[in-house]
Amino acid sequence: MQSVHIMSAYDEELKYLSKRIAAMGGHAERMVEQAVAALVNADPGLAQKVIRDDVVLDEGQREIDDKSIIIIAKRQPMATDLREIVGAIRISADLERVGDLGKNVAKRVVAVTDGRQPTSLFRGLEALADLALTQLKEVLDVYASRSVDKIGFVRDRDDQIDAMYTSLFRELLTYMMEDPRNITPCTHLLFCAKNIERIGDHATNIAETIYYIVTGEQMPTERPKSDKTDKIGLSAALPSK
Amino acid sequence: MTDLNAEQKGTAQAIAARLWNSRRLLAAGVVAVLITFGFAGISAYALVPALLLLLAAAILPVTGARHAAESAGAIEAMGLQRLSGEYLAAAVADPLIIFDQAATIVHANAAAFAAFGGIAPGISLPLKFRAPEMQALLDSVLSGTVASDVVDYTEKLPVERAYRVSASSVGHGTDLYVLVFKDQSEARRIDRMRADFIANASHELRTPLASIAGFIETLRGPARNDPAAREQFLQIMQNQTGRMARLIDDLLSLSRLEMKPYLKPGTEVDLRQTVDSVIDSLGPLARENNVAIERDFANGPLDVPGDRDELFQVFENLLENACKYGQSGGRVVVSIARDDDGSEPGIDVTIRDFGPGIPEEHIPRITERFYRIDVETSRTQKGTGLGLSIVKHILTRHNARLTIKSEVGNGAAFSVHLPAH
Repeated sequence: MQSVHIMSAYDEELKYLSKRIAAMGGHAERMVEQAVAALVNADPGLAQKVIRDDVVLDEGQREIDDKSIIIIAKRQPMATDLREIVGAIRISADLERVGDLGKNVAKRVVAVTDGRQPTSLFRGLEALADLALTQLKEVLDVYASRSVDKIGFVRDRDDQIDAMYTSLFRELLTYMMEDPRNITPCTHLLFCAKNIERIGDHATNIAETIYYIVTGEQMPTERPKSDKTDKIGLSAALPSK
Repeated sequence: MTDLNAEQKGTAQAIAARLWNSRRLLAAGVVAVLITFGFAGISAYALVPALLLLLAAAILPVTGARHAAESAGAIEAMGLQRLSGEYLAAAVADPLIIFDQAATIVHANAAAFAAFGGIAPGISLPLKFRAPEMQALLDSVLSGTVASDVVDYTEKLPVERAYRVSASSVGHGTDLYVLVFKDQSEARRIDRMRADFIANASHELRTPLASIAGFIETLRGPARNDPAAREQFLQIMQNQTGRMARLIDDLLSLSRLEMKPYLKPGTEVDLRQTVDSVIDSLGPLARENNVAIERDFANGPLDVPGDRDELFQVFENLLENACKYGQSGGRVVVSIARDDDGSEPGIDVTIRDFGPGIPEEHIPRITERFYRIDVETSRTQKGTGLGLSIVKHILTRHNARLTIKSEVGNGAAFSVHLPAH
């Protein structure tokens, strides 16, 4: 896959970096998955575990930063190698953010599940999380296979996530209008939804970084308009009847 | 040189085998010669050389056969030695991946390709299987602390799957390792299915059940002697029980789909024929709703890998929806077109109605279980709120995409993109 260097230790170092990224990615995926599961199943124990696990990602990011800087200093990398190393720094930063967002969802579990909420409230959030996690999984799969020609799916799914988020936003607003007692859990859920939507954005960032690592060019920048929640006012959220 | 030897050996074997096969005939020959000589009363001097001759002929095939048997044994032993790992891997039904000391994939069998996709020789395993438990498994086997190890590994997306994964080193000093995935999804899912089924069913069955209970109370009380009201109430109760039955059918079919782990590779579906039979089967419903179904199929073969029964269910659900909810448009267009540009070449099946359309904010959500745009319309059309979740589930298993385009007032188009290979 990667070209071979005369110093095999150099290859080892680069391989170690990508292996570390993959481990961080797996960890971030697991955290988000468990955070959403804790929310839907009202499981504060699992939420606590997610909050504790975040340390691993912080640690991972610090290690990748250190290792990358040492490699740059020692080996004076060029071209692909340099992109690989700078890319690793950026991807690890994105993954660390994904972990933070997952942790934030986990922190809200207790507040949301305080009074028993109907499951229909969570169904949309679960679907949104599925989309974002699929995005993250497929992007990290591309990091493994380096087949950037298939990276077009990222844009499509980004649109789907935004549309889903907008729809969820609207739904939660109507619940709040129906009954003021819904305001507390719905506000927390709104933040959870926003966090998950941000996870999708970080996955897209990672996809752009991978594209840059492999091709040496920036991914074409016509990023489509994001979600439309900024346009939803009171009148739009009210049922039209 | 070796070729020549092999050829000679081959001819010798063929002759020996022929003689061996005719050994009974030879024995019969000996007896016949003896009898003939005996009856003819020829002297022993002539008999002995004749018998010796036959004996020599009889010995020859016996030794030949021993040769053949010995060489067959040698081939067998050599065959096991030389058996290619690829053939062995292909014969294993579970996903199997062979990897080297650097955790790079050396070979993956067809089952592994079908289950995971995106794996090819040269790809690094820890980059593909990122779950913390898989990382630990690979580390422990590659570092040599243990010869083999087993972990439970679950994948949530795109379809939930649970595996028991075992990793071990192969042979002595080969520096190769093997990873075998034993699918445990079924056992896991049966548990989950039971819980999900009960939760969904109890929630959704409660409404019709409450209404039936209410009507029974009315029938026994105030409406006891009112035949007109009784008739009307019984009709409503019948509708409600019908709805409960449909709901249970749909829930079961969704649960059954979730049980199947992944699609078997190698089966092809003729979309033209499948869609045609869907249209035929929904003819009565279309006539009832005064909807004309128009076909617009591309020429040439329209085959994709997939499961016919499942895809039939997809198009049946979509077409049924189009006929019911797009009724006011008066027609539905079913088109099949080849889509060769884009990252994934394949075939698009589009079902377009000209009804009231779907408001934009509902489009991303309508494949969720029990999500209804308008509860009343759904009830009158005998919908269960599960049709599109079934569609979505089947399509996920086919690596296919469902695209929904709609504008309020201009109908809706449900487009299924099935990848060619």
